[in-house]
Amino acid sequence: MSEIQYRQAKNGKLLIEILPDKCDFCGCCVGVCPEDAIELKEAEIYIIDPRCTNCAKCIWSCPIEVIKLNKNGVPVK
Amino acid sequence: MKQEYDIVVVGAGPAGSMAARFAAEQGVSVLVLEKDRDVGYPVRCGEAISKEGVAEFITPDEKWITARISKFAMIAPDGTEAVIELPGEGYILERRIFDYELAKSAAAAGAEYITRAYVNGLIIEDDTVKGVKYQFRGADKEVRAKIVIAADGVESRVGRWAGLKTHIDFRDMECCTQATVSGVKLNTDTCYFYFGENVAPSGYFWVFPKGEGIANVGLGVSGAIGKKRSAQSFLNTFMEQHYPNASVLTCIAGGVPCSPTLDKITGKGIMLVGDAARQVNPLSGGGIASGMIGGKLAGITAGEAIKKGNLNHIHEYEKRWHDRLGRRHETFNRIKEGIYNFKDEKFNAIAHSFNKVPYEKRSLGNLFTTALINQPSLLIDVAKVFLVK
Ligand SMILES: Cc1cc2nc3c(=O)[nH]c(=O)nc-3n(C[C@H](O)[C@H](O)[C@H](O)COP(=O)(O)OP(=O)(O)OC[C@H]3O[C@@H](n4cnc5c(N)ncnc54)[C@H](O)[C@@H]3O)c2cc1C
Ligand code: SF4
Ligand code: SF4
Repeated sequence: MSEIQYRQAKNGKLLIEILPDKCDFCGCCVGVCPEDAIELKEAEIYIIDPRCTNCAKCIWSCPIEVIKLNKNGVPVK
Repeated sequence: MKQEYDIVVVGAGPAGSMAARFAAEQGVSVLVLEKDRDVGYPVRCGEAISKEGVAEFITPDEKWITARISKFAMIAPDGTEAVIELPGEGYILERRIFDYELAKSAAAAGAEYITRAYVNGLIIEDDTVKGVKYQFRGADKEVRAKIVIAADGVESRVGRWAGLKTHIDFRDMECCTQATVSGVKLNTDTCYFYFGENVAPSGYFWVFPKGEGIANVGLGVSGAIGKKRSAQSFLNTFMEQHYPNASVLTCIAGGVPCSPTLDKITGKGIMLVGDAARQVNPLSGGGIASGMIGGKLAGITAGEAIKKGNLNHIHEYEKRWHDRLGRRHETFNRIKEGIYNFKDEKFNAIAHSFNKVPYEKRSLGNLFTTALINQPSLLIDVAKVFLVK
């Protein structure tokens, strides 16, 4: 079995996970992200890993609990 | 479509369309790029606006007015309801039609629109914005412009790419969720506002009628509250208590940046309008009318700059905005900060003492006066809101 690869954030492993299936693409998290680390298209969302600092502000701001802190790190798909 | 425009507007909300229209009316070339498939949809809005706020821009039309509002009801945490007649008329819009009509008016003035065009970067030369990069049907494209107007709403990324500090402190973000429901009983002439720790701490919960039996039911809470409990969880509780059997026709999330306007809303070759500039009324969270005003002022100023051949003229927009609304929003923001700290008992006391005022004598002004009687410094701010135009 191959080793699991994790996404890399600015300071270590990326711990922030967006669950795209639950997302409403409203832009609230994008507005508060101090690092401009979230890409949001019409119906597509993802974190630009090398910019993210795991600050969690996006988690607190998501009105419908779509973003989670994944303590184990977010694996590369 | 051309390779170069005088003005490119990013985002086709009310602010973007009004910027486009007022610029195009001066005979300059304007292109609007919108990432979504449809202008005006999805709707992330309670859709309340004053008649005045609309009439400056478009003749009121039954096509997009779902309810006419004449009363404001405040519901305190203990259930006490205080009702006030509003000084003017208000509307609950059908924004998917309204925004579309605004875009049609801009197109009629000569602005070109492209939807499903996702702007993902700026062309910057000599420290100056010279156009945008975008994706359209899978292809990477560019279009040059003398002026870029960022009307990209709460995301406000375009301004960031130009070096303006547009990200919003999470505490100032009102994180919202709303359901449009049918099968509810309420007066179709009244907007209902619920306050309190259990319904919407540091924000409010709204029920706005959209005609017989239909309403927008939603709330906003600061990101500081969201840290502990999400807007969705407050909405679920409210729906179970008040409308357990209602049908949910639409359900959306959204964010409203509730703070004074950004310090800088222009840069070299770029102007910010609407939510992207934080032109929302920070007390009410209403941003349709103020966004249209920001768009209009920016569009006029941008058109003038092109015609004069003097791009430095765009900075004039900052002053025009602050004279028209920016300074008032600073006052509204101070009032907001006062109200955010109210405890449930305070809201109850306000409703009780307000209900002692004879109905004919009630007004929004004396509601605020009652609310702020113990905070003289805020009273001065309130006086300014009602006395200074
Ligand atoms: C839940 C909720 C309830 C509200 N209720 C009310 C209310 O009752 N009354 C009121 O007055 N205001 C209300 N508001 C606020 C109001 O909706 C906004 O202030 C208003 O829509 C702002 O207009 P705008 O044109 O600045 O931005 P928007 O209407 O948000 O338009 C921005 C547009 O830019 C597009 N865009 C973004 N990024 C890009 C990109 N990279 N490329 C291309 N296009 C892009 C978006 O798709 C969008 O169409 C509410 C807001 C929310 C979230
Ligand atoms: S954790 Fe912070 S830096 Fe990372 S995406 Fe969220 S808000 Fe942006
Ligand atoms: S705030 Fe939540 S719902 Fe809105 S775009 Fe971000 S993850 Fe999606």
